[in-house]
Amino acid sequence: MSSSVTYKLTHKMFYEGLKEGKLLGLKCNSCNTYTCPPKINCAQCNSLDMDIVELNGKAEIKTFTVVRVCPEGFEGELPYVVALAELEEGPWVCGRVVGVDPDKVTMDIIGKKATVGGKIPPKLSYAPGEPMAITLKIS
Amino acid sequence: MRKVCVAGVGMTKFGVSEKSCIELFAEAALEAVNASNIKVTDIQSVHFGNVFGDFEEGQAVMGSFAAREIGCPPSTPALRYEGACATASVAIRDAFIAVASGLYDVVLAGGTERCMAMGTPLATRTFAMCTEGKYESYTGITFPGVFAMMTHLYAKKYNIPLAKLKERMAMVAVKNHYHGTMNPLAQFQKEITAASVLKGFMVCDPLQLLDCCPFTDGAAAIVIASEEKAKKMVEKPVYILGAGQGSGAPLFRQKDITVHEARIAASKKAYEMAGVGPKDIDVAEVHDCFTIAEIALMENLGFYDFGTASEAVERGESKIGGKLPLNPSGGLKAKGHPIGATGAAQAYEIVKQLRGECGARQVEGAKIGMTDTLGGDATTVVDIIYGI
Repeated sequence: MSSSVTYKLTHKMFYEGLKEGKLLGLKCNSCNTYTCPPKINCAQCNSLDMDIVELNGKAEIKTFTVVRVCPEGFEGELPYVVALAELEEGPWVCGRVVGVDPDKVTMDIIGKKATVGGKIPPKLSYAPGEPMAITLKIS
Repeated sequence: MRKVCVAGVGMTKFGVSEKSCIELFAEAALEAVNASNIKVTDIQSVHFGNVFGDFEEGQAVMGSFAAREIGCPPSTPALRYEGACATASVAIRDAFIAVASGLYDVVLAGGTERCMAMGTPLATRTFAMCTEGKYESYTGITFPGVFAMMTHLYAKKYNIPLAKLKERMAMVAVKNHYHGTMNPLAQFQKEITAASVLKGFMVCDPLQLLDCCPFTDGAAAIVIASEEKAKKMVEKPVYILGAGQGSGAPLFRQKDITVHEARIAASKKAYEMAGVGPKDIDVAEVHDCFTIAEIALMENLGFYDFGTASEAVERGESKIGGKLPLNPSGGLKAKGHPIGATGAAQAYEIVKQLRGECGARQVEGAKIGMTDTLGGDATTVVDIIYGI
């Protein structure tokens, strides 16, 4: 058996999934937990024995902010909402919240259900490949 | 492991500077060397901190250039450290290890930064590079944004009305600006009011302008030596009693971002090594990059139970003269935050506090001091305990 280690699910494959409307993650065969977004081994137990799975994309908003001063490159999108959300399968994700008026968002958004998707960020320097941002559409 | 001390310390005025990163560092470094009563050629290794010199000045490999700028010989190794806003503390911890191990007797550690040279849009972008790059940065999240999300989560978790929490956060800003009025090297030396904090423009809801530390230019450096050497160099060597460093996962894997896994691990290590606990700390310079950050760290360092630190702020316990004075220098908030230098500036203040050299902002009778420096999204955290 080879001792080499390769990624089951790279960031590029994860982005491709988002483009097709799929939220890909890894299910660990040792501890049965989910790792999403992906990394080389299980986020819970470090096992390499994981399978690629499609997660259901359902999430709950845990916290948020409205960004009003942005990094260079995002000026055209101001103001915008970013949130941390918990997936039904357990992991959390950081995503751009879509489908809300940033000036009307309050702490009431915490606990709201959202669907995970993806969007292409504005053109940025120091961003190799074809970047994708996770989105959270409030349902 | 042998005992290690800080001998001399040096620091530039923080604020806006036309000097280069290396010029700033050289001034702080030679002040530290002179205060140590040694020659620069006595320095055996240079532990140099800088985060964004490449973006600020188009300059890489600054460590070696800085070593030669101050007069070190070709035989002196120089190492550039980068741990986001914790950079200089990473350098100090490594310098401590190098001396504790017996490899070197006298080394220089510190850092430098020219944040202002980038302007706000690029500075905001480069700071955001300290957030995880593949799954978070492309959302457009910023550094204030991360601490803004921490604020909302904190209010929700502990069921504190956001308006009440924001009032207490404003008190952190008011307190640190008050401390800054007594520090001639601080970027801001003017008092502010809670009303002015709550009137500032919104940067990232719910953080307003004065909830945030400024962009800053500046440098700081310290000479670290074996106990034996340091005793010969200065009258009051300050001991490095313990040092810890931790690594945090991306925000989404940390989940509850009011609890900082790397900070808890780093401080636990520092406390254990020093043989002290949170209750033994007399004064601390801590990472108040945002007002909520100071409240959260008070809990993560074990000074207060989780969920209770904002009340302690309201009671004035973190002021000079309070139960545990935090940031007598003015902190990142008023003294300024040249990210590559910040950890060394914290060390500068604690060394001076323990020596009783701080004048109006002196914390009376301080014997054990601590620095706490956070880089990225609590991604790199260093805690160091000093004693006299």
